[in-house]
Order: sequence, then C-alpha cells, then structure tokens
Amino acid sequence: MADATQTAPGQTGPMLSADGTPLKQSLARSLRNQKLRALALIAPLLLFVLISFVVPIGQMLFKSVENDIVAATLPRTVVALQEWDAASGELPDEPVFAAFIADMVVAVEAKQHTRLGTRLNYEETGMSSLFRKSGRQIRRIDPIEDAPFKEKLIDVDEDWGKIETWATIKTHSVRITNGYFLNAVDMQRTPEGAQAQPEDRQILVKLFVRTLMMSLAITASCILLGYPIAWIIANNPARVGNLLLILVLLPFWTSLLVRTSAWIVMLQQQGVVNEVLVWLNVVADDARLVMIRNEIGTIVAMTHILLPFMILPMYSVMQTIQPTYLRAAKSLGATNWTAFWRVYFPQSVPGIGAGSILVFILAIGYYITPEIVGGTKGVFISNRIAFHISSSLNWGLAAALASILLAAVLILYWAYDKIVGIDNVKLG
Amino acid sequence: MKMTKTLLASTAVAAIAGGAMAQEMTIVSWGGAYSKSQLRAYHEPYTAKTGVTIINDDSSAEAVAKLRAMNEAGNVTWDVVDVVAADAIRLCDEGLAMEIDPDVHLAAAPDGTPASEDFGDLLVSPCFIPQIVYSTTFGYRTDLVGDTAPTDVCAVFDTETYPGKRSLEKRPINNMEWALICDGVAKEDVYDVLETEEGQNQALAKLDTIRDDVIWWSAGADTPQLLADGEVVMGSTYNGRLFSVIEEQNQPVAMLWDAQVFDLDGWIIPTGLSEERTQQSLDYIMFATDTQRLADQAKYISYGPARASSAPLVGQHADLGIDMAQHMPTDPENAKNTFLYNYEFWADYRDDIDAKFQAWLAQ
Repeated sequence: MADATQTAPGQTGPMLSADGTPLKQSLARSLRNQKLRALALIAPLLLFVLISFVVPIGQMLFKSVENDIVAATLPRTVVALQEWDAASGELPDEPVFAAFIADMVVAVEAKQHTRLGTRLNYEETGMSSLFRKSGRQIRRIDPIEDAPFKEKLIDVDEDWGKIETWATIKTHSVRITNGYFLNAVDMQRTPEGAQAQPEDRQILVKLFVRTLMMSLAITASCILLGYPIAWIIANNPARVGNLLLILVLLPFWTSLLVRTSAWIVMLQQQGVVNEVLVWLNVVADDARLVMIRNEIGTIVAMTHILLPFMILPMYSVMQTIQPTYLRAAKSLGATNWTAFWRVYFPQSVPGIGAGSILVFILAIGYYITPEIVGGTKGVFISNRIAFHISSSLNWGLAAALASILLAAVLILYWAYDKIVGIDNVKLG
Repeated sequence: MKMTKTLLASTAVAAIAGGAMAQEMTIVSWGGAYSKSQLRAYHEPYTAKTGVTIINDDSSAEAVAKLRAMNEAGNVTWDVVDVVAADAIRLCDEGLAMEIDPDVHLAAAPDGTPASEDFGDLLVSPCFIPQIVYSTTFGYRTDLVGDTAPTDVCAVFDTETYPGKRSLEKRPINNMEWALICDGVAKEDVYDVLETEEGQNQALAKLDTIRDDVIWWSAGADTPQLLADGEVVMGSTYNGRLFSVIEEQNQPVAMLWDAQVFDLDGWIIPTGLSEERTQQSLDYIMFATDTQRLADQAKYISYGPARASSAPLVGQHADLGIDMAQHMPTDPENAKNTFLYNYEFWADYRDDIDAKFQAWLAQ
C-alpha cells in the first residue's frame, strides 16, 4: 500500500499509484482481481452445487405446476373445448369430437394417449382404462371420412357421453396448473374452482401437522436426553470424555436399518422390554404394551438415531465455556442452580440452537425409520412423498408436497431467526 | 512386431464379437432368493451358452420410477427388467416398455404349441412376458390357533376364534377384496361392488372390525418375521416367502391357501435401447422363457411357471429334495378357491381407493 500513495511533488489532481493510473481506479482493479480470484477458488464448488443440486431439484419442484401433457397431446380438442361450458349441462358439439378424434389418432400413433390417461386418472377415476381401451378402437376410425364422430365415439365407450369426462379434460388442460398444490392440501381443481376433497379422502394436511408435531417432540426429547450427556462429556477429564464421545458416535457409525430394526426387537410385544416386564409381573401376559408401529415407536427410534446430531454441537459449545465463570458465580454467593441457570446455561444456548435446527430439519424429512416402525399412526409426510414418487408415479403431487415441506422449513427457520437470532447458533 | 500383430488380431476378434453381440447386459430383479433362483435357472446357463456376462441389479421395487427417470434423462442402462404385471401395464401405458409379439419373440412349446397359446390368458399386456405365477396368501402359526386350524380366509376377520394380531399389507389391493368376500359378497361380484362408493365403504367397515388387531406390513419379509417371532397369529404375504419359513426354517407355520390371490411376475424390455441391445435382450428373453427354463426355476423357489407346458416338468427342490409340485400355488389341491387380481380395475381405481384407504388408516 505504501507505494500506492506516492504522488509526484507539486502535482495537483487525483492521487496516482506507482504506475501512473489514478489511485481510485487502481484500488478498484486490485479489489476486483481479489474477488475474481476468490470466485475462481469457489467456482468448482459453486458449479457442483448448481449442477448436482439446484438444477435437478429445481426441475423436480417445477413438476408441481407443470401440466403440458393435456394441451400437448390434445391440442385441437383443448382449443375447441374453450367454447364449451360444463355448466350448460350439455355435451360438447361435433367439432370438439372431430378435433378429439384427430388428436387421438396422432396420439395413439405416438403411444401418448395412455400416458395422458394415467395423468387424468389422478383426477377422475376410470380415465386410465378409458383412454387405453378407446385407443385400440380409435385406431380403426378414419379422422376425415368417418364423420360425424359424436355417435361413434360414444359407441366406443359410453363414458365419452358423460359431461364429467369432458369437464375433467377441460379443467386440467391449462399448461401451468395449481391442481397439484390443491391436491397437496386436500383440495381439488374443479370446473367451479378450488374445492375441498371429500372428507374420507383428506389425509395430507393431517400428515403435515403430524410431521411437524412429531419432529418437535423428537427435537425436544433430544434436547432433554442430550444436554446432560454433552455436559458430562465436556466437564470430565479428556480420558473419560473421549470414551463417552466414542460411545455417542458408535451407533452413529452403525447402519440406520440395523439400528431401526433393533428397536423392533426391543419394543415389539414379544420383544425384550415386554418380556422383562412380564417376567417382573409389572404387566400381565395378555396385556403387553404396544410400543412399536405407532407414534411411540417413531419418537423413540428417531430420538435415538438423531441424538448424536444434538450432542455434538452442544458438546463443542460447552467445551468453550470457561469453568472459571461457574466458580466465580459460586464465590459470589450463587447456589449451584443459580450458577448453572444464570451463568452456564445462557452460554450453552447457541449449542442447543444449532443442535435443534439440525435435528428438526433432519427429522422433518425422515422417511425410512417412520416407514419401518411407524405403523399407521407414526408415518410422516415423506412416506407419502415416497409413495407418490415410486409407487403411484404422481410426481406432480410429490413435487407439490416437497415444495410445501421446503417452504415450511424456510418459514420455521425465519421464525427461529426472528425469535432466537441465527447469529446465536454455534457449532463450536 | 509379433506383439503388435497379436494385439491387432485380438482387437479384431473382440470387435467382431462385440459387433455380433454386446458382452454384458444388466438384468433387474427383486434380489434375495428370487434373484438366486433366476441366476441358477436362467443366467448361468445363458452365460455358458453365449458368453454374455450378466450384471444383476436388485431394483425391481422401484423399477417403474427409475425407468421413468432414466427415460427422461435419455440414458436407459437396463436391458431386461423383472416387474409384476401391474407395473408392466403401467410401463406399457407410459411407453417405457417395448411391445412384444409372443409368437415371434418367444419360443414355442416343445410340442409346437405357439407361445401365445402356451401362455394363454397370462399375457395381460402387450409389453409383458410372463415368467411365474405367485400368490398372496395367508400363513398361520400352528401352535397359536388352538385345536381347530383355520381353513377359510374369513378366519382373518374372526378374532373370537383366533385371537391375536394378524398382519396385512399396507395397501388396499387384496385386503378390500378379502373384506368383501368375508362380508358375504360373491366372488364374481367383488369388483362390481368395489367400483361403488358404498362398496368401498362396506369393505372398509369390515376391515374396521379388526383394525386394532392388525399390524400393517410394507416389505415382503415382514410377515415371515412377525410369524417367526410369534407377534402375529396369521398374516398375508407371498407364497414363496411362506415356503421358506415352513420348509427351510422349519417354523411352526402352515399355509392357508383359501382365497389366495394370483398375480403374475415377468419381464419387460425397456424402450430407448440401441438396436443392438434390443436384439440382445430379445435373445435372452427367448432363451429364459422357454418351457424347460421356466420349469427349472421352480427347482429353486415355490412359484409356478407361467407356461402351461412347463407344469408337468416341475421336479424336486434342488437343495431340499422335496417335491415342488404340491407347493405351487397352481397345484389343484392348493387352488381350490382362488382369486385373480384384476389389473384393469386396479389400474383405474388404485389412486382413488388408495387415498381413501390411507385416510382410513390414519383415523
């Protein structure tokens, strides 16, 4: 910097650096170079995150609103249907049927019609086989010579003579849809706008609430169990502390499935805990406790599995707390409790905060443990997402559910920042 | 110079061989005892015959989703995939599986019967090449059912005679049908009833009567484990799983074949493969689904071969030495009262009834 401040004696005007350029410019350039160098250093990571994380997840989440398939498979029909109003109580006119036959002949040729049937079957039961069966027969209809088509199509399948069939096609013909998001909150897109699903099909909101509640319960039990352990590890000689730390980490290195299945062996009705209780005559043989395949099973198993994520940040924060503070507090007349509560605890809060965020965010997206030990009352929304990804293939709904989950986590994170303050989180 | 020549020659040989046929193929299946039976009955003889190395991938449970993702990415890495018939129908609908002409692509029976007749009604989709018939049925603990062993599927709903837990699969398929049959609906009317809202409610109401006594399973290995632990008195699962609990692990368990639900499992060839790989897959399929090969598989696992002409060739278990015919779901003694999974119905109603079923479960 010393050479940058040199100026020629007697010169007025802007200060110049050694090579004669104005100092301001020169400084800006060197700052820019520094920034570029830093960017080049993180570029590999940035690219990696972008390519392997942001882009695919963004694409997946976009499926929650994307609905090209109807308009792309039945372009003429969608245009022709614009004139028609489902509320009129009458079937669409001949032009719609003609457009539909023309579209279907192309779609059957490209084998796109069954794909469309699958899509529409998410909304209206029976669409899947209607498109599959009709496809076979429409192949034999000539899109020009065989007019008029209305009668012929209704002959192929009487469902084409139902207003609901056409209303479903029209309702879901938009290219960007809110339908999946409505489904994700137990509602549906209808010709009359958004409406609630029938009560006996409402499940997803309930699962969202359950996921949040149980994740909070798991986080709370992790704090209660983890705090004393972290305290003992941090406040004992290194030899004892390290041994305890290994005990904490040991299950961490064991397969997740093994740990989860071990809880089944422990908690099932013919399991270790029940056998011992029966042997001790605490419970009767025919009244064994149900502790697995319900909420209790999920909370117990997940608390155990996530506990290291709570203990480790707590421990690393507690390690930095000077023991002299506690001694000072006591020498000034504080009781053990006051010294702990007023002096030690506030300093350990950042560790609790970091642990809680970790545990809660991991818990909210957990899938495999609830699936195995959750039964019917202990499953999470992620189990439904997995079902729609790999079993029902309704990726749009899965993406909508995942987007809502992501938004919920971000909102909670924001709320945490407002209430506790994110600066108050420490990993060590 | 000699070295260069040798190198050149061997490269040329490899090129010719590679041109004629790819040297490796990836076959996707279910893993466990089932994949082992395929390895011994199909893969090993095929490799011995052609020199093609077969790579096993145990991904059948997620095959539909993965194939869809591969197709979207434009890079299909699987050559032949083992799926249940319902999944084959969906893959066919989505254009992810190739259509097959049975009489062109599959071997005729030894007596000359064309494949389309030999497989008969089991060709449920133009993309599906049937391999085995399996059934979902109940097994019960012989030591926990008292003096009268159950003979009727409705024992599942009879908690007075047979107290204790039962395990059922955590999905509506099969359970809804059994519930209706045990609620007095005639077997042939089951799907007509299940089409209606009242029918669905009737089935759920019947399931409601045993709600507190049910453990819901999601993996095929759950019920065998629950039976072995004595957690449940009876439970549904695939018949091959029960076979290994009874015959291989000698647990006090017996089969309740009544109202077993037949289902099919078989091969599909993905679309989007290169011409060369498609030919390779077709060659494998032609070999692996001929009459003798299908009968061979039954030596290793108790699932019935899908060809009519294979049934008389079913022999003894390769390791246990017991007669396999009587353990086949298709054996006349076991198949007195059976039920055929209705593919068309569930393709339509699966999403709707599943939502209702899950909402019912969560109540």
